[in-house]
Amino acid sequence: MSYHFEFGWLLQYYPQIVKGILITIELIAIGGVLGISLGTFCAWVRALGPAWLKPVIAAYVELIRNTPFLIQLFFIFFGLPSLGLQLNELTAANLAMIVNLGAYSCEIIRAGIQATPKGQFEAGASLAMTPFETFRHVVLVPSLQRMWPALSSQVVIVMLGSSVVSQIAAEDLTFAANFIQSRTFRAFEAYIVSTAIYLALAILLRQVLSVVGGLIFQRRLTR
Amino acid sequence: MLTRRTFFAIATLAAAVGFGSASHADALADITARGTLRVAVPQDFPPFGSVGTDMAPMGYDIDVANLIAEKLGVKTELVPVTSANRIPYLQTNKVDLVISSLGKNPDREKVIDFSAAYAPFFNGVFAPGDLSVAKVEDLSGKTVGVTRGAVEDLELSKIAPADTTIKRYEDNNGTISAFLSGQVESVATGNVVAAAILAKNPPKRPELKFLIKNSPCYIGLSKEQPALLEKVNGIIAAAKADGTLNAIAQKWLGTDLPKDL
Repeated sequence: MSYHFEFGWLLQYYPQIVKGILITIELIAIGGVLGISLGTFCAWVRALGPAWLKPVIAAYVELIRNTPFLIQLFFIFFGLPSLGLQLNELTAANLAMIVNLGAYSCEIIRAGIQATPKGQFEAGASLAMTPFETFRHVVLVPSLQRMWPALSSQVVIVMLGSSVVSQIAAEDLTFAANFIQSRTFRAFEAYIVSTAIYLALAILLRQVLSVVGGLIFQRRLTR
Repeated sequence: MLTRRTFFAIATLAAAVGFGSASHADALADITARGTLRVAVPQDFPPFGSVGTDMAPMGYDIDVANLIAEKLGVKTELVPVTSANRIPYLQTNKVDLVISSLGKNPDREKVIDFSAAYAPFFNGVFAPGDLSVAKVEDLSGKTVGVTRGAVEDLELSKIAPADTTIKRYEDNNGTISAFLSGQVESVATGNVVAAAILAKNPPKRPELKFLIKNSPCYIGLSKEQPALLEKVNGIIAAAKADGTLNAIAQKWLGTDLPKDL
């Protein structure tokens, strides 16, 4: 191998890379929190919610889980303006990630809820809790705790999947790598650097999620 | 020794040059005698030259080739070329003219001659009529879509005001979609791409606001062919004057010829 590595440009394109990292982090922070919230609501509907809402949520989950993320993104960014809904690229990217993670996390959390032993619902009721209180304290939190590793993986997958938002000119980390590549023609270096940053971000995100999970569930146990 | 070698080199060169020009002494006379005009045309570069559904070549360049042959009173023989081999075809006398969206530059001018410009080829900023942009400074505070890494991207990134938002898409289709869906107010692209959008007759029509880079197309012909050059230039001038060339521009590019062509 006689490829001559050249990392001198890194200094020059440092602002683009930093901006790209910040946008990727912003996307997954907003997408992660709102996506899991949406997923929790949908899981409640599918497991215990009103009968008339169940088919609606089921249709949404099936639609999102059986279509590519890129197409969902294009639909929101290029398609919705025809219906009069004009979203800028960051809002469109965020919305696509929320909707996508919402559908996947719905199924993960629903699995957790449905694995709750019936006796636990009955225990809640016998303590004079309302159905909502029972759901919140007795069912949801242990379900989330059970499914937390799976949820964390899904959040990391969505973060890595966010690399396609550069297709709608959102200036995330992949956009920065592509931009540098098309200015310097040093594809190897540009993608080595972005790969390393994505790897670091993914490991960091797992750590953060593990700490957050520890805090939420630990506090619950000791209270 | 040195002088002898120099003399020998000069003699060889002179012989080669003499022989070379003798091989196509008067291209115009050759064409008339042969009864056909051999033209190098593109086959993979719409709207200048592509292959239609009936497998026949079609496009702006093909129409110009036919026009010139008709005025010369000969038949057209279309020779499909790629952008890499169009000049070698001319140098090796396989064709009489290159009408293949050929741009002029000093390197090419060393080896071939160029006619007057026959087709517009430029990139610039395009936007619907109601957006008031006349020069690059007017882009201040506006959004422009470009294809990442294209010439327009590189040029515009240099000259646009600092508060212009440049949105860079992965390919021309992304740029076109962003413009048509209203995600960007204007696009910086080539007139050929703008023509492709116009051909679809969209609600938002990209009209030229200002030029970024202008590099019109010229007909290439062999050096030292004053008779042919004069004839070709005469035909182009007449076609510009009587609107024939404008009709070709309307047909393939969807717009009138620029006034300064």
